[in-house]
Amino acid sequence: MPGMFIDVEVDAKVAADAELTKKLVEVCTVSIFAAKDDGTLDIVEDNLDECVLCDLCIQAAPKGTVRVKKLYE
Amino acid sequence: MSILITAQTTFIVQGITGREAVNLTRENLDYGAKIIGGVTPGRAGRDVYGVPVYDCVRDIVKAHGQPEGAIVSVPPRFTKDAVFEAIENGIKTIVIVTENIPRGQVAQMVELANLRGARIIGPNCLGIISPDEAKMGGVGGPAANTRQAYTKGPIGVMSRSGGMTTEIASTLTAAGLGQSTCVSIGGDAIIGTSYAELMPFFEADDETKAIAIYSEPGGRMEAELAEWVKENNSRLPIVAFMAGRFMDEMKGMRFGHAGTIVEGKEDTTAEKIERMEAAGIAVAERIEEIPGLIRSALSSKGIEV
Amino acid sequence: MRFYEYESKALFAKHGLPLGTRQVVNSAAEARAAAEAIGGPTVIKGQVLSGGRMKAGAVKFADTPDEAAAEFEAVLPVIVNGESARSILIEEKSPIAHEYFVSVTWDGRRKLPVVLFSDMGGIDIEEVAETHPEHLSRTHFSTILPLSERVAKEAIGAVGVTGSDLNKLVPIVYKLIQLFLEYDLTLAEINPLAKLDDGRFIVLDGHLDMEAEARGDHKALLAELGIGDDETRQARPPTEFEIAGARVNAVDHRGVAGNVVEFDGNLGLIIGAGGGSLTLFDAVRKQGGKPANYCEIGGNPSMSKVKNLTKLILSKPGVDKIAVMMNVVSNTRVDIVARGVIKGCIEAGKDPAEVIAIFRIPGAWEDEGFKILAKHGVEYCDRSVSMYEAAGRACAKMGSN
Repeated sequence: MPGMFIDVEVDAKVAADAELTKKLVEVCTVSIFAAKDDGTLDIVEDNLDECVLCDLCIQAAPKGTVRVKKLYE
Repeated sequence: MSILITAQTTFIVQGITGREAVNLTRENLDYGAKIIGGVTPGRAGRDVYGVPVYDCVRDIVKAHGQPEGAIVSVPPRFTKDAVFEAIENGIKTIVIVTENIPRGQVAQMVELANLRGARIIGPNCLGIISPDEAKMGGVGGPAANTRQAYTKGPIGVMSRSGGMTTEIASTLTAAGLGQSTCVSIGGDAIIGTSYAELMPFFEADDETKAIAIYSEPGGRMEAELAEWVKENNSRLPIVAFMAGRFMDEMKGMRFGHAGTIVEGKEDTTAEKIERMEAAGIAVAERIEEIPGLIRSALSSKGIEV
Repeated sequence: MRFYEYESKALFAKHGLPLGTRQVVNSAAEARAAAEAIGGPTVIKGQVLSGGRMKAGAVKFADTPDEAAAEFEAVLPVIVNGESARSILIEEKSPIAHEYFVSVTWDGRRKLPVVLFSDMGGIDIEEVAETHPEHLSRTHFSTILPLSERVAKEAIGAVGVTGSDLNKLVPIVYKLIQLFLEYDLTLAEINPLAKLDDGRFIVLDGHLDMEAEARGDHKALLAELGIGDDETRQARPPTEFEIAGARVNAVDHRGVAGNVVEFDGNLGLIIGAGGGSLTLFDAVRKQGGKPANYCEIGGNPSMSKVKNLTKLILSKPGVDKIAVMMNVVSNTRVDIVARGVIKGCIEAGKDPAEVIAIFRIPGAWEDEGFKILAKHGVEYCDRSVSMYEAAGRACAKMGSN
């Protein structure tokens, strides 16, 4: 479920990649990303509206594979 | 001209991988800052918006030469160590952003800085900005917002409140009065550099024609400024905005910054206003009165801005 | 954060400062028993945080256990500056030859700790400073160079005390200095420090203040003294609402959304930052507004912190609307605060467009913030509306202008 203001979409290929998941978890300063037990990506819905639009996740993954959506636009 | 920093000033960010530090690193870089390195122990090898991260200040000095300044943005428990590290590695201008540091530790930092000829701005501050030259700290926020609020000009600004530094600059800018340098000096009971200690810098800066300050209850800093102005026959008219007037009726309660608690009669806004006015400092009740008061003080000296 | 006299004395005793025999009592019977055990004249003192208790009648003297019990009853109900006694301290009353004053505090101008010492103790020290400045010494000392007893000796000697009195006073003053530093105190005062007829020195009354920021570093001591986390030890005890506000701030370390102080008005305030809050609170009061609370947001609080503060303020009985106002912000973000207050309103079951009287936070990320506010129909303004004017608009909506 998206947040009230922000939604984050990640391509399935990136979400399944343990290396990229690790990177996403590390760069996000508001803990929107977490790793599941098998190392794949989990999006923490409670934290979506904490997003500070820093773009670090967008830069950490291949171009276009992570998308941050402003739901108020 | 500017005081404390110039466009050429090189500095580092201690605690650079933290949430606030990441923000202010980007904001300072966007404003043209020369940030040559950052420190977070255990994170050497990373980079933050292209700024290389090291485990300690010494490694930055080794790799990139001597930085002139440091922004310290680490949790309160680690701040003293970070500041000591900056001082002992030859850094001369240190902006401490962190708040909630017990004053005993601040006193230690200031004492060491004095021994080594370094200057501390803060703690609990947003740093320094000389519009269109440089900024060092979170003052003004993102570069675009900073340019909107701060413009180059003849007014020096000093403020115990980081936020009110920008409010005052923004009001001055809207009235066509730019700023030479604005310093958010910090809201704690003991800070590295007070109004009176900054006055000689502004006094020596030809570009600065007048000073605006934000003041509040607590402490003796306004009294110290009033004394300085009287003793040094300052050429600079000063306009002070006084906030927290309601606190005079609420002795011993804590509002605002750690430094605001009213402990004695001398700490009240009424007493401060009296002392400042006696020293020729005009006191504003609303922020929007500041530009007019500055203009009339300057025009009585034959200076039009 | 102020300590009661009995707590200060417990700390003094722990560190070997000389004290009279004493006991905290909570009933007349206990007072009588304590006086019997002391076995002589006693002094009965109400335990309050504010000064001026002698004048208010919260300090009495007794020669016998029966008198001590009677004076307990007399002191217990005395209100000092609106504060009733937490408990009663009963202490032996010894014949006094002379009274001294010693205090360690911070000098914000010199940025150093300072020992104030006077051989004219027991009276208002500001009066001594004015009328007999040669009887009050001020001795600054370093916080980074090794500390030694000479600081105490110089402080005492500076007012002309010499002989065996000097040598007996030095360790007492030195211990007070050590306590001051060890526990991050902002004030450590003994007044009076008494010389008894038999030549001994004892602490008659003491006053300690710990820096609020340092509480976390001294949890063991505070637990030992029985001081709870919720005891703010300000001029009055915190209300439930204020305690809830402190919790909102404490559960999340990101930024500040706290220092909530309760007032009885109808306009909830979400204001910041430190200086901006003072400015805005003045502006609301000046224009006839009735604040329901004071608070400070700043330092870039998380969305959820702002949300929880909003919910708390809206839950306060009598709050009709909230005003969300700050100075032009630099590190706090307009969009994050906008998200927090709107989500807070909605989770509290209110319409943000209806309940937010005004949103005046210009600055960092304002374009994003204003989009969010516009989408939810909230009235907002930019920096062209001054803080004073924004507060005035909120007051006007409350019909109190």
